[in-house]
Amino acid sequence: MSTETVEKENQEVLQAPSEDLLSKRRKRLITDPLNEDNPITVQVLGICSALAITVQMEPTLIMSIAVVFVIVFANLIISLLRNLIPNRVRIIVQLAVIATLVTLVSEVLKAYSYEMYKILGAFVGLIITNCIVMGRLEAFAMGNKPYDSLLDGLGSGFGYAWIILVVAFFRELFGSASIFGFDVFAMAGINNFPTNGLMVDSIGAFMVLGILIWVQRSKTGYVEH
Amino acid sequence: MRQSNTYILIFTAAMTVVVGGLLSLASQALAPAQKKSIELDTKSAILASVMDLESLNLEGDQVLALYDKRIESLVVNIEGKPVETNEKGEPIVAENVDILKNYKKDPEERLYPVFKYMSEDSQGEVTAYILPVYGAGLWNSIWGYVALDNGFKEIVGVSYGHAAETPGLGARIATPEIQDRYRGKEIFDESGNLVSVTMLKGEGNANLGPHEVDGMSGATLTGRGVNDMLENYFSYYKAYMEKIAGGGSMASASM
Repeated sequence: MSTETVEKENQEVLQAPSEDLLSKRRKRLITDPLNEDNPITVQVLGICSALAITVQMEPTLIMSIAVVFVIVFANLIISLLRNLIPNRVRIIVQLAVIATLVTLVSEVLKAYSYEMYKILGAFVGLIITNCIVMGRLEAFAMGNKPYDSLLDGLGSGFGYAWIILVVAFFRELFGSASIFGFDVFAMAGINNFPTNGLMVDSIGAFMVLGILIWVQRSKTGYVEH
Repeated sequence: MRQSNTYILIFTAAMTVVVGGLLSLASQALAPAQKKSIELDTKSAILASVMDLESLNLEGDQVLALYDKRIESLVVNIEGKPVETNEKGEPIVAENVDILKNYKKDPEERLYPVFKYMSEDSQGEVTAYILPVYGAGLWNSIWGYVALDNGFKEIVGVSYGHAAETPGLGARIATPEIQDRYRGKEIFDESGNLVSVTMLKGEGNANLGPHEVDGMSGATLTGRGVNDMLENYFSYYKAYMEKIAGGGSMASASM
């Protein structure tokens, strides 16, 4: 027991010159995309899927998990291979990695969650074209170490996820009067809550997204030049 | 070195092999589970037309067991004659007949699966005939299963599905609220002519006839799609229904 602790301490001493597992810089890799550098509201990427799959919460959650999975592993794999990938075909390599991961997600969904596969089928496939994923590979993973890339993937993935979940929350609440399929208004004793048809349309997503961007930018003071 | 053509060729070839191998492995490994999911999906939809499957709260395997116990199936053509093998001489399984693929053919050339809901005492008596239907809603495909009693007089139950009807409006066809409205409706009139069942425009219609169903407010076009779908498919199955009900006249069967 005591020898182990000694060993551990020695290791820590050895590692001391290298960076902390969650140093300030690394924390920012995760936290920046959540707010100040959010892929959807600030970089305005991945809008198409944010409109298409946010009618209800449940498919949105599955989509979020799928995107986080794809972006984290694509970042990790590309970062591991970054010194091997020939520069001239790097985009094709990135695409192949993303497409493989997306196909895996889609196949797993088809096998174990067929209901969700029916709803999301086409859109899971379209993660391949989601600019957020490829953007992170090209801009970050190609030039950074695997662990940093993994954190960056987590940050961007969750940055995407929380925005579409918020959009889906309002769209399902006002469009279908439910949350995760539960009739929240009926449970609260409000019957015949008038659902808003605009919210189940893409227009509703634009409006919620617009308001989100407005609220966020007025807080962070971000201005486009 | 990293930029030479040889390196690029070797790298991409290796990548293709790895990626291809990985995907085919996954596809092979997941195939049984996928097949089961699809089977369960189809069989649940068929059973849902004759029973309230959701409130029974069954596990996947229980649904499949229930299906095997209660459902017998066959495939007929437009003339109502059973079709047992395809052009290649392979046996046709009703559950595997792709309704969408058949929908794209001429009605005369299509295969029409029939699912017989057998009585519980397993005496070989048919309680209901379940017919798959397919059509166009407002935005995209709609489909479903319609269960008719053993005299083809009344609708016992329906289960509908849709690809992209408007949530809260046309998408309501997939809810029990709308589907329950079809129960007990008649598809033949007193003299044995096929009249189908029509969903009316607007909601809250009073004095509904035996061939009428209350409409969905704001979803008249989806309702119209459902009406067309039912009318078409009842007419396609008419020969079979007349054959089973006996004597060719639905009037005698419905009396």
